[in-house]
Parts: sequence; C-alpha cells; structure tokens
Amino acid sequence: MKYAFFPGCSLESTGWDFDRSTRAVCRALGIDLVDIPDWVCCGSTPAHTTNASLSVALPVMNLQKAKEMGLPVLTACASCYARLRTANHTVLNDPEERGRAERVTGKPYDGRVEVRHLLDVLVNDLGVDAVREKVRRPLKGMKVACYYGCLLTRPPDIVAFDNAEHPSCMDRLLTAIGAEPVEWPYKTECCGASLSITRSEIVNRLSHRLLSMARQAGADCLAVACPLCESNLDLRQADAVKAHGAIPETPVLYVTQFLGLALGLSSGDVGLEALTVSAESLLAGIGRDQ
Amino acid sequence: MSRIGVFICHCGENISRTVDVERVAQVTARLPGVAIALDYKYMCSDPGQNLLKKAVAEHKLDGVVVAACSPRMHEKTFRNAARAAGLNPFLCEMANIREHCSWVHEDREEATAKAIDIVKFTVSRVKKDRALAPITVPITKRALVIGGGIAGIQAALDIADAGHQVVLVEREPSIGGHMAQLSETFPTLDCSQCIMTPKMVDVANHPNIKLYTWSEIEEVSGYIGNFQVTVRRKARSVDEDKCTGCGVCMAKCPQKKIDNAFDRNLGTRPAIYVPFPQAVPNTPVIDRDNCTRFKTGKCGVCEKVCGPGAIDYGQQDQLIVEPVGAIVVASGFDLYNIGPKPADSPYEGYGEFGYGAIPDVIDGLTFERLASASGPTGGKILRPSDGKEPKQVVFIQCVGSRAREKGISYCSKICCMYTAKHTMLYKHKIHDGQAYVFFMDARTPGKNYDEFWRRAVEEEEAVYIRGMVSRLYQKGDKVVVMGSDVLVGVQVEIEADLVVLATAVQARTGADLLAQKLGISYDRYNFYSEAHAKLKPVECATAGIYLAGACQGPKDIPDTVSQASAAAAKVMTLFAKDQLEREPIVARVNERNCAGCLACKKVCPYGAVEEKEIRDRNGNLIKTVAYVNPGVCGGCGTCQATCPSKSVELDGYTDEQIMAMIEAL
Repeated sequence: MKYAFFPGCSLESTGWDFDRSTRAVCRALGIDLVDIPDWVCCGSTPAHTTNASLSVALPVMNLQKAKEMGLPVLTACASCYARLRTANHTVLNDPEERGRAERVTGKPYDGRVEVRHLLDVLVNDLGVDAVREKVRRPLKGMKVACYYGCLLTRPPDIVAFDNAEHPSCMDRLLTAIGAEPVEWPYKTECCGASLSITRSEIVNRLSHRLLSMARQAGADCLAVACPLCESNLDLRQADAVKAHGAIPETPVLYVTQFLGLALGLSSGDVGLEALTVSAESLLAGIGRDQ
Repeated sequence: MSRIGVFICHCGENISRTVDVERVAQVTARLPGVAIALDYKYMCSDPGQNLLKKAVAEHKLDGVVVAACSPRMHEKTFRNAARAAGLNPFLCEMANIREHCSWVHEDREEATAKAIDIVKFTVSRVKKDRALAPITVPITKRALVIGGGIAGIQAALDIADAGHQVVLVEREPSIGGHMAQLSETFPTLDCSQCIMTPKMVDVANHPNIKLYTWSEIEEVSGYIGNFQVTVRRKARSVDEDKCTGCGVCMAKCPQKKIDNAFDRNLGTRPAIYVPFPQAVPNTPVIDRDNCTRFKTGKCGVCEKVCGPGAIDYGQQDQLIVEPVGAIVVASGFDLYNIGPKPADSPYEGYGEFGYGAIPDVIDGLTFERLASASGPTGGKILRPSDGKEPKQVVFIQCVGSRAREKGISYCSKICCMYTAKHTMLYKHKIHDGQAYVFFMDARTPGKNYDEFWRRAVEEEEAVYIRGMVSRLYQKGDKVVVMGSDVLVGVQVEIEADLVVLATAVQARTGADLLAQKLGISYDRYNFYSEAHAKLKPVECATAGIYLAGACQGPKDIPDTVSQASAAAAKVMTLFAKDQLEREPIVARVNERNCAGCLACKKVCPYGAVEEKEIRDRNGNLIKTVAYVNPGVCGGCGTCQATCPSKSVELDGYTDEQIMAMIEAL
C-alpha cells in the first residue's frame, strides 16, 4: 500500500503530533507514505471564503504533482481531505472552474487523482481485523468519545466514506484496539472551527458543550481526526472551562495517537507531549511505554 | 403497387417543435407506393381520425402509417379508425416519431431526417403486412384478489356484489391489513375499527367470496381471461371447519411471551393466536417458530383443551390451483424501518435517531396502537419505556421520505395528515400535553384535509416548527430533539417525553418477487407500475392484472378505496364479455419447412408451443412439427429468432418485413 502523502500546513505546525503519529502508525501497519514534493497549502477555510477559484487551484496544484507520482493521495487532516475532494468534484463538474484552475497552474488536470482519508484506508482497505492483529498494548477499559466534527463526513456526496450523520469508522477502529468507545450524540456537531481566531467565545461555548456531553456519556477522553477540532478542544479547554463551568480535565488525542499507543509505540513516538491537557491519566491504565 | 396513406401528427407541439412535419409529409408523399401523405395537429382527435377515414375511402388505401407517438399509446385508436373505414386494422401501423425521435433529439434538421427514415421503413413494413383476424378466447369469470387490507376487501366485495366469484388471498392469519391497526382516521376522526370490521365480516359471509388467509401466491401462469394461480395455504395447525373460535387454546397456551407484531411489539401474544380480537376468520394459527410443541415436542396443551378437537399438529401446507380470469393486486405497503438496517433493505436507516434503540422513539403506526381503544394500553397514550403519560411529544415528519440522501426521494403522502391527526388524538387524551411537529411542508390536498390540518394548529394548539431534526438522544428519562426552525433561523432543542417518527411508506418487502410471479412491472422503489400514469391508473401493462392501494404508491384510505373500486369496475368490464378478443400478433409455423427439432418449444416463455403430428390420408405419421397455440402465444418472437430453419414467424414482424425495413434505409 503506497500513497502520495499530503500532510498540509496544520500537520507542520500546531498539529505536528498528528503528523508524527500518522507516519509512525502507517509505518507500523505497512502503509508506505511518500510526501508530495513541494506541496502547497490546500487553501483551507481562508481560500474558499474569499475566492472560489483559488480554493480549487491550490488543491489542484497538489493533485497535479500527485498525478506525476502516479499514486493515490492520502491525507490525515479533515480539512485538507475535504478541500482536495471538493477540488476534484469541481474540476469534474464545472468546466469553467476547471479551465481557470488549469490556466492558473499552467497544467492540465482531469480531476481523477484518487484522494483518500487515512481513516478510510485503515477501515475499508486495511480493515479493522488487520489492525487488531498488530495490537501489542490493548487500550483496555479506555472510554473514548469519538468526535468526527463537520468536515470528515460533509458534504456527503463529495467526501463521505462513512455514514454522514452517524459515522462509526473511528469507533470501530478503537474497539479493535481494545478501547471502549462510548455512544454519544455529538459525534458530528461543530466545534466552532476557525472561529477560534475571530470569535473565540463561540468556540469556547461549543467546545464546552462537546466536552461536557462526552463526559456525561461516560468518556474519559476524546478521539479526533482534525487538527482544528483538536486545538479547539484541547488548547481552548481551559478557556472553555473558565467561561462555562468546570469539567474534569479531558485529554483530546488524535485517533492516530491512540492507534500508535496500542501498536506498542512510545508516547514520544506519537507526540503526546504536544497535548495541552496531559494524557498521563490515560497511560496509567494501559501500562507505561515499553 | 401498394396504396399507402401516411398521416403525420404534430402532437400539439410535442413533435412539430423538433421535427419539420410538413417536410416529412412532402418527402414521404413521393415514396413509391404512397398514395397520400398529410400532417395534422392532433391525429388522435376526432377530426384527425376523420382525415384518416376519409383518405382510406377516397384514395382506396390498402395500408396506413400513422407517424405519431408510441404504439403503446394510440395504436389501438388508429387501428379502430382504420377498421371503421373498412380497412383491416392490422394493415395500420404506427411510426413512432415522438418517443423515438422528437422527445430525445434537439437538432431539428437531424430529427427531421430521422423522422423521414422512420416513416420510410414503416411504409416498407406495411406493404408486407397481412390482413389478420382477431383471436377470440373464452373468459373465466372469476377474479383473484391478492391482499386482504382495505384495498383488497373493497375490490373483492365490489366484484362479488356484481355476481362474480372472487378468491381473496391474504398472507396474514386475518384480513384487515394496516387499516385494522389504526385508531381513528382523518379527516373525520371516525374509528377505524368501526368502519373496517363490518366490511371484514361482509367478506367472510359473502357467498361469492372464497377466503384464503394465512396463504400466499405460489405461482401464476396463463394470460388475461385464463390465469392459473397456485395458492399456498400455509399449515394453520388448526382445522378451520372444526374450530369454533372459542379462544380457550389461546387462554391456556403456556407460551405467552411472544412479541405481538399487530401491536407493533408493544404487547405480547401466545404461540397459538389470532392477531387481534376482531380477526376474520376468528380461527387461530399456531406460530410454529415459537410453539413449545413444535420446538421441543413437549406440551400439547391446546390440543388437550380444545373441545371440538380442531388442533392438528400434523397439518401440511397445501397447494391449490385456482383458475381465474382477472387479478387485482392489493398487496399493500411497509413502513421504513427505524431500527438497524435489515439485510434485505437498500436503505441505511437513521443512526442519528438512534436506530430504534431509544425506547421512547416510535413510529406513527406504533402511536396508532397506543391511541387505539383495542391497543395494548386500552387507548391510553403511555410511553413505552416506563408507562408514564408523555407531557411533551415531538412528531417528526418526512423520516425517510423526500430524503434523497437516505435513498427515497418521493413524498409518502399520508404523513402530513396522520401527524396532524396524531396531535389531535394526543390533545384529546392528554389535555395538558404539548405536541410539537417538525415539518418541511404541510401537504394537505384532499377534501376537508387542509381544514383538518389548520384545526390541529389553530384549535388543538399543536406547535408546528418548520425545519428538520438532526439528532435524537436519550438524556435521563427525556429524549432530546435537536432541530432547526428555518423560518426564525434558530436552532431548537426540545426535551421530549415521546418522539413519533412519520416514517416513509415503502413497498412491501418481497413486492418485487410477487411482481415477477405475476409478470408485472415495478419501479425503482418496488412500487407496481400502472400502464399509464394518467389514463390507465389501475391497469398493469400486463393485460388482465389491475392494481389497488398502496402497492402502487403511497395512498390514504379514500384514494385506496377509490382505486380498489376502479380496479373492480375494470374486472367487471372484462367479465361483461363472454369472449375476449386478442391481438393476432402471434407466431405461425410453416409446417412444410419445420423439421420438428422443437428448439422453439424449449425457448418459449409462454409454453405456447406444442407438438403436432402430420399424417397422410391413410393415417401414417409423416412427421412431427411444432404448433403454436395462438391463445397462449405472447407474441414475443423468441421462437422466430431461435428457429434454425426459419420456419416460424411472428405476424407483423416476419423476417421479410424486417429485411424490407432495413433496405428502406
């Protein structure tokens, strides 16, 4: 299994632990990641809120490079995934935008480079059974609320590899590695996303809502697959608590960090030190690094 | 030299918008053998048909081509006109320049050229048509009605009242269908049982109705006027002739913990049971999957307590063949399943609504049982989890319906009205309760329907919130409803005691299999297809089979009853004749050439090919050849394509005609 890997900007900065844990987990599971050389930002929210054509052209530049590599693209960031998939969709369905993107990038592009999300590949190609076989440190008794957020499953016509309103891929993966995902209702509610910067009071309110519901549902921690979700729930947790009332400290980990720990990797291998809310409390239950 | 008349129809603008009909007339008028070609705005209208009749007489035409719509639409119309003008109707053919040309093309030049080609080859075909005489077949004046819900009951009663024998087949142990499960009906709020059960009794007592409950259709063969239907009478384990319906067996049955499907699993029933106390027939059936006697061999209580000795554990399924002349299909509907996706369902279901795992999230039919005087709570609205009176009830419309992303894009038609009814029933029983309804649109066309809905809103104080619900979840003993109010533009959260989902009306599971047995067509949702959406709404494209009720599409009771009576009227029209005329488009065997290999017999889907012995005048066998029974032949042409010696041909579609059509191009 070999993919052209698109890390995206977040994985180079606030989400470096997502990058490290993704690479480590893929290595352990035999998934070969080759970085797209000289990749550029996918445009993320700023591009599509300001210039529709830019939001197509930027992902297309990366997809053209992947096409030259002759590999399908794999990405871990939910936003990068949504933008790359949307760009393909636009190129396939809107000849005018396609023409503009090709003019700007100076290269033709047919919209047919396959774009996959890491979770899709793990669950649907590799399969949870294959993951289960490689577990060396089962996350026994760990009660996790799997949080999918907005972008991983929406818009369903373009991105969904799972049920859009009731996704379960992370729950299945975490069950396979011995954890106990809780049933909770806010799997696909919004965390406030990039309002984190401009309207942080909204993010505080939404994050508080998510964290307290996860706790009510009996979870000790959350699993995410989006750098922005992670930072809103982890980095802003203290602000959320200050503004809206006490909740026990709740570690928020990337799904790849859970996977890495279960596969026997050390907390350093998966970058646990990057977390604002420490994951120490979780490690106690599953045994220290070997 | 032939004298063919060509009549080109504008079909209003349907054809003339894309095809230059005048040019088609000019060009085809010059074809060899064409005596006259003209165009007219509506050929099928009375003046249009008169044009044709006049031309036949004036030009002594020996063949007619009508270039218009599909033969499925108006072939009969024009053949009748030709017959009225003194021409053999089978010398009149349609050239389809609408469905096959104007509707599917945009370029006027190219479409016109194609229309000319279509007319050209049809002219060549007509030149080689033979005058044919219709085939007459006798009619068995008995009808089969499949399904004993309100649709089947109405159709059966109407046909039986007209003096014809009816065989009514019902899959469940009792007739009654979904209507027997309802509490009260819109828009008058009369009790469903009160208007339904007398009709059920009428069926049971009618001298012309033979009722098979706990029975299914096994096989259907034959054709209009002459169907042979094999009915499987499932073993009831109770002798219907001996049973008096006293009910002692049910009272004494030790196994009483079986979910009662009639009550939507809210209550339980014994292993020997009638689905509900007003069942017709009032003869119990043993549920062999759950009966201790059948599972372990130990028990036999019902046999011991039965006074008349009606229990018969050894009963076997019986296959009965019923000859009938017409079939009314009234097999009903199912509701969209809110539980986990069943293996045979194409629909994912509603994980965001808890996949049916939240006990106080129920569907509309379950609410009917809760509100019904004969239901598991005796008509008290109590929620399933703890039996408490719900003070806040949220109704959600369009669950499954009008949701393309969930697989169904159609409107289920009945939910707006029954939800309005539910809010009223609720308010009438729990005065201090509050009903909320999430809806996309309120669709209430129907006599006194909109007034009914407005009454729910204005007088019965139901709060209607325009918007969808994204999620339901359990919080303590409440169900939290997360939705939006799109008129105000806010998100709404309601902590409800009970949530009622108006789930989509779906075709019955297995509707496709029944359709295949009957040889009728169905749509992508497995609803049965009518022959014409507007002009033949109760007929199937397969002659002699008619549709009634929700098996054709979502329908409320008034519409269902109307359609059932219409289907019955169609059956009576058919039975008004003693003989049936069939189109003589059948295969004929050239006995001189036939080598008797009978390859045609193997491929014939109608079983129309027989063996025929040819003898000389002394009775010595010369050879055996194939013979096509014209009464059975369906005119498909499979034999013609199969015959190695080209000795069997379909009238109107002979090899010579097909070759002539190709050569004309």
